[in-house]
Amino acid sequence: MTAFVVRRLITALVSIVLASAVVFAAVLAVPGDPAAIILGVTASPEALSALRTQLGLDVPPVERYGRWLARLVRGDLGTSLQFQRPVADLVRDRLMLSVALALGAALVATSLAIPLGVLAAVRRGTWLDPLTVLASQLGAAVPSFWLGLLLIILFAVELRWLPAGGFPGWEAGPVAAFRALLLPVLALGLGQAAVMTRMTRAVLLDVLRQDYVRTARAKGLGSTSVIGKHALRNAMVTLVTMLGLSLTNVFIGSIVIEQVFALPGLGRLALSAIGNRDFPLVQGVVLLYAGTIVFVSFVVDVSYGWLDPRIRYA
Amino acid sequence: MRRRPPLSLVMGSTLVGLVAAAAALSLVWLPVDPNRMDFGAQFSPPGVEHWLGTDHFGRDLFSRVLVGARSALLVGFVAVGISLSLGCVLGALAGWRGGAADELIMRLVDVLYAFPAILMALLLAAVYQPGTVTAMAAIGLATVPVFARLMRASVLTLRGRDYVEAGRALGASEPRLLWAHVLPGAASPIVVQASLSLAIAVLAEAALSFLGLGTPPDVPSWGNMLREAQGFMALSPFPALVPGLAIILTVLGWSLLGDGLRDHLDPTTRR
Repeated sequence: MTAFVVRRLITALVSIVLASAVVFAAVLAVPGDPAAIILGVTASPEALSALRTQLGLDVPPVERYGRWLARLVRGDLGTSLQFQRPVADLVRDRLMLSVALALGAALVATSLAIPLGVLAAVRRGTWLDPLTVLASQLGAAVPSFWLGLLLIILFAVELRWLPAGGFPGWEAGPVAAFRALLLPVLALGLGQAAVMTRMTRAVLLDVLRQDYVRTARAKGLGSTSVIGKHALRNAMVTLVTMLGLSLTNVFIGSIVIEQVFALPGLGRLALSAIGNRDFPLVQGVVLLYAGTIVFVSFVVDVSYGWLDPRIRYA
Repeated sequence: MRRRPPLSLVMGSTLVGLVAAAAALSLVWLPVDPNRMDFGAQFSPPGVEHWLGTDHFGRDLFSRVLVGARSALLVGFVAVGISLSLGCVLGALAGWRGGAADELIMRLVDVLYAFPAILMALLLAAVYQPGTVTAMAAIGLATVPVFARLMRASVLTLRGRDYVEAGRALGASEPRLLWAHVLPGAASPIVVQASLSLAIAVLAEAALSFLGLGTPPDVPSWGNMLREAQGFMALSPFPALVPGLAIILTVLGWSLLGDGLRDHLDPTTRR
């Protein structure tokens, strides 16, 4: 198991380094002089050369990447041009909100999708199965940000039960935070639930066809035991992948949802950085998202190996 | 005996056909100029004069939705075209050559997994100006890995088949073997994936336009319409409802078409 984890860790680190190279190279590809683009045509030569030094543009690219990577390892993501503050600080202020949003949505999605998917698979041949399939196919086609707009129209504009957007801050207490996050979490989580329901159903149908399930049934085990002990446990490997996938999906999806509900999270930070051509901030936030995706897939693979010993030796 | 096409195939192609017809119609005829403002008719509900109502500038929502179908299809086709061609070439090369080339190509493809369409679009929009081209490129690049993996898997299974060996024994060149013997066998999963990827691309295009990272704001695209509607939802729900329903029908169309094609081309997957 240790060898497997180490091997997988090395792959993940290589992926992160390659991802950082992509993010770094993107800014290298900026047509023209980044300093001139940021400061505009009216900038004085002194200001331009000062910014070039701040951005490290006076050093050759490979050396610049090396320095950037070295600072990255120490948690230094550079300084934001528009806020004149360390990118790491700006990110830390907003990360919590985006993570809460993503975790909430993943929780909603999982707690709906697994029971519904299992039920649809087990009740195959009844009206429940095609209904679930249809609902999940439709649900997967609904853009989360549009669902968000509908939820705002219904619960904020018409019924006035919940705020239409904005975030009071964590210091306003858990109730206020919950009220502010409820609609965004639902908007993000429901679509994901639709996707996951389909997958759970397909995985479970696959497992239920296996010989050992038939054997368990033939032994006279009750259906709770057959499904809970034999089918679900063996479906776990695929379900864990699905969970990892949906976690990254909702984390990336939160970028759009933050815009719908005016939530001051990472996604909005990145969008404001683009408007202001704040390259260090864009690089930092994009790399953080990409790094999270790599990390989640590492955790998924490791839990794979833990759940199914055959994978460790493959 | 001819098999009857699955219901999803029929429904999917009908929906996609409708969207294509809407886009084609918008090129030759529109009920009202989609950019004509009418401040006497702001936020009209659906009616005889404006079939689907009007937005905050009194612009006709039906005309704008028809025009929006163009961007949805154009961005989708170009993006999936990019990912399909790039992904298939990389996947075929990796599967056919094997060894170090396989390892190298697939490692690079794996890195793209870390950059979903929105992330790629953020990066590209920071470097170049955000717009239709960066949106297409972002969605295209982000969906390369699926095609590469699919193609590699097909080539790996097919390259050892007897008929490929027979072709080799008859003196066919490597490119000819790959082109004439292996690729046709790999086509059907790729076609299915292309349809499913188009569904994803339409959703991504709408999301990017909504964020202001896609189709330019002056062009009526569904994502742009939703962004503009966001500020006026208390006044009328129609400017937000109409483009949203258009997106749903299109995405549903492509994903049903993909599912239907899979069932039709490979009856063993039918459940």
